Amino acid sequence: MSEHSEQSGHVGHVVPIGVYVTVFLLLMFGTALTTWVAYIDLGRWNTVAALTIAVCKMLLVVLFFMHVKYATGLTRIVILAGFFWLGIMITLSCSDELTRHWEIVPQGWQMILPFVSRVF
Amino acid sequence: MAAHGAHPPGFAHQFETVEQQREAGTLGMWTFLVTEILFFGGMFTSYIIYRSLHLHSFIQGSHELIVRYGATNTAVLIFSSLTMALAIRTAQTGKSKGQIIFWLLLTMILGATFIAIKLRFEWYRDYVEGLIPGVSWLDGGTHTPGVKMFMCFYFFMTGLHALHMVVGLGILTVLVIMTARNRFSAEYYAPLEISGLYWHFVDIVWIFLFPLLYLIGGRYPGS
Repeated sequence: MSEHSEQSGHVGHVVPIGVYVTVFLLLMFGTALTTWVAYIDLGRWNTVAALTIAVCKMLLVVLFFMHVKYATGLTRIVILAGFFWLGIMITLSCSDELTRHWEIVPQGWQMILPFVSRVF
Repeated sequence: MAAHGAHPPGFAHQFETVEQQREAGTLGMWTFLVTEILFFGGMFTSYIIYRSLHLHSFIQGSHELIVRYGATNTAVLIFSSLTMALAIRTAQTGKSKGQIIFWLLLTMILGATFIAIKLRFEWYRDYVEGLIPGVSWLDGGTHTPGVKMFMCFYFFMTGLHALHMVVGLGILTVLVIMTARNRFSAEYYAPLEISGLYWHFVDIVWIFLFPLLYLIGGRYPGS
């Protein structure tokens, strides 16, 4: 059993079947767990739990199924940059949207609504 | 490296070594996947913002979806990721092409099962029950207007994900044909590896879509 041989033969890292099966079982467990937790009243922590489990599942898929654990530094930097850009997009979009105090300014025909409601 | 004598199969002349070619392929595919992350990321960002603006409606809309089918489909996709990984491993270890084709076909069957469940038990039911905005919307006045927006997000996000699945099935078909034509060996299996990255990426998108659309906010009574 040569793991990754320098001489011709295997190209790249051969991941043991046991690792794949373990990752698969963990992903199945994560799916069952996230579904189960959704039926328990945790208040705002329901959302946190669902997203935390999703991120853990993503990391398992990326590291083992997508072989990033065995990838070169260059590939890893490109992937991290992608997620960093995603982070910028989400945080900056939300920072605009969630820090304003949206107030409904009645315009046009909406101006008459208070009067209408007073009549009826 | 044997100088010029033995040329490894699938080795393109512009590369110094087989490893360099392999890294270039992986890096190129990841560059594409980063654009895909930002493509789906745009939808996730709008989903987050509109959900926060119309929280009550989005939770009401989320409760129209059936968790059972979403969870089943998550399991089906995770299983298909395992079979895809095993297909690549089978090629890496120089097994017979019959074994590679077996795992590829199993991956395709699981992918098709995902789409079938989505079509038959989710989208068709949504059509019958009138939950598709602009196509079939039977609102008995029980829904807040934001529910319609939630369902628009739901169909765009799951629709584009399903489209990626269909593309994936096309890629897998090509891989089966290439394998049958003896194009792969333990020395060269780059198309399998690269396509595997795509397949796993589509799996990851669903790993986020499932909790975001079906679960967050909770499904307990009174949520």
